[in-house]
Amino acid sequence: MNTLGRVKQGFYFDSVTLMRVGRELSGFPGVAEASVVMATEANKSILAMSDLLLPEFKKCGDQDLAIVVRAKDAKTANEALAKAEEMLSRKRKPAAGGAAEAPAPRDLASAAAALPGANLALISVAGRYAAREARRALDLGLNVMLFSDNVSIADEVALKKLAHKKGLLVMGPDCGTAILNGVPLAFANVVPKGSIGIVGASGTGTQEVTCIIANEGSGVSQAIGTGGRDVKDAVGGIAFLDAMQALADDRETKVILLVSKPPQPGVLKKIYTLIRKINKPVVSLFLGEDGTPATLEQAALLAVAHAKGEDPVKALAHLTRRDEILAAEARQIVAKRKKPKGRHLRGLFSGGTFCAEAQVVLDGLIRNVYSNAPLGDSHKLKNAWKPEKNAVVDLGEDEFTVGRAHPMIDFTLRNKMILEQAAAPDVAVILLDVVLGYGANLDPAGELVPAIKQAAKKVFVVAGVNGTIGDPQNRAQVVEALREAGAHVQLTNAAACKLAGLIAAEVARKNR
Amino acid sequence: MSIQKLFSAPLQVVNVGIESFKEACEKNGAPAVQVDWRPPVEVAPESEAILAKRAAKIEKANQKVMEIILAGTPKLVGLDVARNVIPGMTEDTILHAGPPITWDRMCGPMRGGVMAGLVYEGRAKTIEEAEKLASSGKIKYAPCHEHGAVGPMAGIVTPSMPVWIVKNEKYGNIAFCTLNEGLGKVLRYGAFGDEVTQRLKWMETVLYPVLKAAVAHSGPIDLKNLIAQALHMGDEVHNRNRAGTSLLYRALAPAIVATCDNKDDAVAVLNFINGNDHFFLNLSMPVCKATLDAARNVKGSSIAVVMARNGTDFGVQLAGTGDLWFTAPAEVPDALYFAGFTKADANPDIGDSAITETGGLGGFAIAAAPAIVQFVGGSAADAVRYTHQMYEITAGESRMYQIPALDFRGTPTGIDVRKVVEKNLVPVIDTGVAHKQAGVGQVGAGIVSAPMGPFAKAYDALAKILK
Repeated sequence: MNTLGRVKQGFYFDSVTLMRVGRELSGFPGVAEASVVMATEANKSILAMSDLLLPEFKKCGDQDLAIVVRAKDAKTANEALAKAEEMLSRKRKPAAGGAAEAPAPRDLASAAAALPGANLALISVAGRYAAREARRALDLGLNVMLFSDNVSIADEVALKKLAHKKGLLVMGPDCGTAILNGVPLAFANVVPKGSIGIVGASGTGTQEVTCIIANEGSGVSQAIGTGGRDVKDAVGGIAFLDAMQALADDRETKVILLVSKPPQPGVLKKIYTLIRKINKPVVSLFLGEDGTPATLEQAALLAVAHAKGEDPVKALAHLTRRDEILAAEARQIVAKRKKPKGRHLRGLFSGGTFCAEAQVVLDGLIRNVYSNAPLGDSHKLKNAWKPEKNAVVDLGEDEFTVGRAHPMIDFTLRNKMILEQAAAPDVAVILLDVVLGYGANLDPAGELVPAIKQAAKKVFVVAGVNGTIGDPQNRAQVVEALREAGAHVQLTNAAACKLAGLIAAEVARKNR
Repeated sequence: MSIQKLFSAPLQVVNVGIESFKEACEKNGAPAVQVDWRPPVEVAPESEAILAKRAAKIEKANQKVMEIILAGTPKLVGLDVARNVIPGMTEDTILHAGPPITWDRMCGPMRGGVMAGLVYEGRAKTIEEAEKLASSGKIKYAPCHEHGAVGPMAGIVTPSMPVWIVKNEKYGNIAFCTLNEGLGKVLRYGAFGDEVTQRLKWMETVLYPVLKAAVAHSGPIDLKNLIAQALHMGDEVHNRNRAGTSLLYRALAPAIVATCDNKDDAVAVLNFINGNDHFFLNLSMPVCKATLDAARNVKGSSIAVVMARNGTDFGVQLAGTGDLWFTAPAEVPDALYFAGFTKADANPDIGDSAITETGGLGGFAIAAAPAIVQFVGGSAADAVRYTHQMYEITAGESRMYQIPALDFRGTPTGIDVRKVVEKNLVPVIDTGVAHKQAGVGQVGAGIVSAPMGPFAKAYDALAKILK
């Protein structure tokens, strides 16, 4: 094996571009490992862990690009390095166009001047630079969606206070999902315009409720993200409350749906005070709290019932009937297999809120649920890489994502874990979420089918496909391909969790 | 303002970061613009906040500076010998390009130029003698820029050299520049030897008096107007001066014929100008120098009035920071090299000619010069992109110098150090490349990006002054 590298001084590319190039390089014949990163301290320590930190990288800084390849021989490594440079220079070259086409503006002010009607800045640069850009956007009178994470609480509070004063919105930091005026932003689904306005402190939670609303034939007026930390007392729910008020004042919005993990007491109090002042139906789901609604699915259906002027009680009764059908289906599925192995369920989630909802749904169906992100009565997993008992794992947690693309984009790690878990003697069911929409992997079926095919020979595979018919992935084809591969597919996460839990319980009963 | 306003207008997005987010916006009907974002330049932590707070004062100062730069009226008014006209020029003075530098730090071509100058002045008989004198401490080295002058490449000016005199009539200030020697073995690229000395002597004894009489006869020549025409004819008056030289030739030829009694001399002078496509460079440079010098010392201004290199350091001066130089090591240009030479032969960037970019010409006007686009990537579109990008870091546009390919838009003028630093975007400079050893000469030409260091230092210094 030969490990060779190159340094490009003063080059900058966003991390997604670099990961794509890195991935393409890794697939190069004869290449064992490849990495293309900005030479930040964090990235250098990751390179060091994989033994890819070449001596020449040590003196490099944030603005230098480091390319490293480990290959079967020096010739292959050099070819791969040349290929990387070629891919990056292709990327760097401005789009072909007329001779007088202007290059992309270099900062927010020039960009705003080039787009005089601009009203939103969508910021996804590395966290340590993000607050500066957000402040500039606010100074230019732009609302801000701050996708970046690793922004300090102090910066978050300062930005949100400034925005509040200016009558602007700061969504985030770490805001993954929003739909404004019908336009899906970052990780979001294609849903029709409608009368339900959403405030979400959880990205995948917001994705799931907007999808269910669309699938039930209703629509969304606005889906405003806030970032998960907004509902902590340190931030005080500034964005959450501003967003609620904005939806209360919005004529298109007839029903307000709130989605969050349980807010801290001070913020919760302010939310309830504001709810009482709002003269519209407000459905609130604080996931992990007792009561109704308890799941994203229930919350979305209640909001739809309000929007359609239907009886909310009937909407939930409909769910009870659906669950009875799922129970029958579970018995049928298990009966088809002569000797199902194991007894435990393993959920491998790309969406954090899906993992949380799973724990709510599984509570009461199966016992001893473990998670790396435990909720309610769940237990903390000792080692997220080696799940045990009935376990649901959030693969979007930091322990999995440092130096790796998010599991909604890159399926490599999850596919590996699907095969490992399917082979484990105690495992009976594997539960997956498959997130569609913009931002997510454009070919999830292509990525998952080989692993599911293998796994389904040994265990039951249940997948929740979370998306709409408008999403760019073509939901019908995704569902068809997963079913063909042997997965049992549901169109909400709650239903998939229910089915998986019922199957696990049924197998356990049978093998007792 | 309220969030309601956001709901009532179509969403329009400025995207900073992951590019696929922009594409998704557009697919869903929202117009979006991608920012070509780079991490910010490292400067003192408080500088950005200070400059933001003083923005109104800076803007006002910059408006004043821009008015001075845009309204300048540089004209060729005559010629003389350096010792007669350049302020502070003594018999022991040698002026050089770029920021201040001592003999021991001078690069090869600049040393070569100094030695050639000493031989030319008769201060040394041989190069060895010249080297001894040059390093003896007896010679006073000073930047051209500190004496109202500019010089291409090594920029060497010795007392006996004839110089052009360019006057900014509106503001009364004057700038000087030596006469261009042509290509081949020439002092400005650090060459020395009999050939070099003989040519310099000829310039002093034949070229200079003929031109002096001709300019006196013709009266002042409006060089701003001449450059505006040259831009329309495919020059950017830094790396391409063919049109400027031709226009100057048209202006001077009748006067030379009218004033020169010796027909052989007249023929020799006209052939010399005609045979040197860069003859006009030594006028486009003092034009910019005279224009920018008038804008010096406007308190609070963040506009650059000098970018200059001495082959070791790259230096910048601002209108708002007096006589301070901000420097960082000069870089070796990524240029097109003549056959037989590579980047390994090249000296770091050298010359005062970056005054043309500082004045909104040269690399900033490269879109006007399609004939030399091989320097910038090969296509006319590449040249246009370079010019477009320079609008991002400039405070205004020339009212006189226009670019046909951009529908006669004025050239980007007035480099604002705040924009350079905050956008992490440095000026582009057209340049010739000298061999790093004294005496070899030019080995290539192309385009070079200014280093960020001097601009970051100037940014911090301005913040400190305005604190």
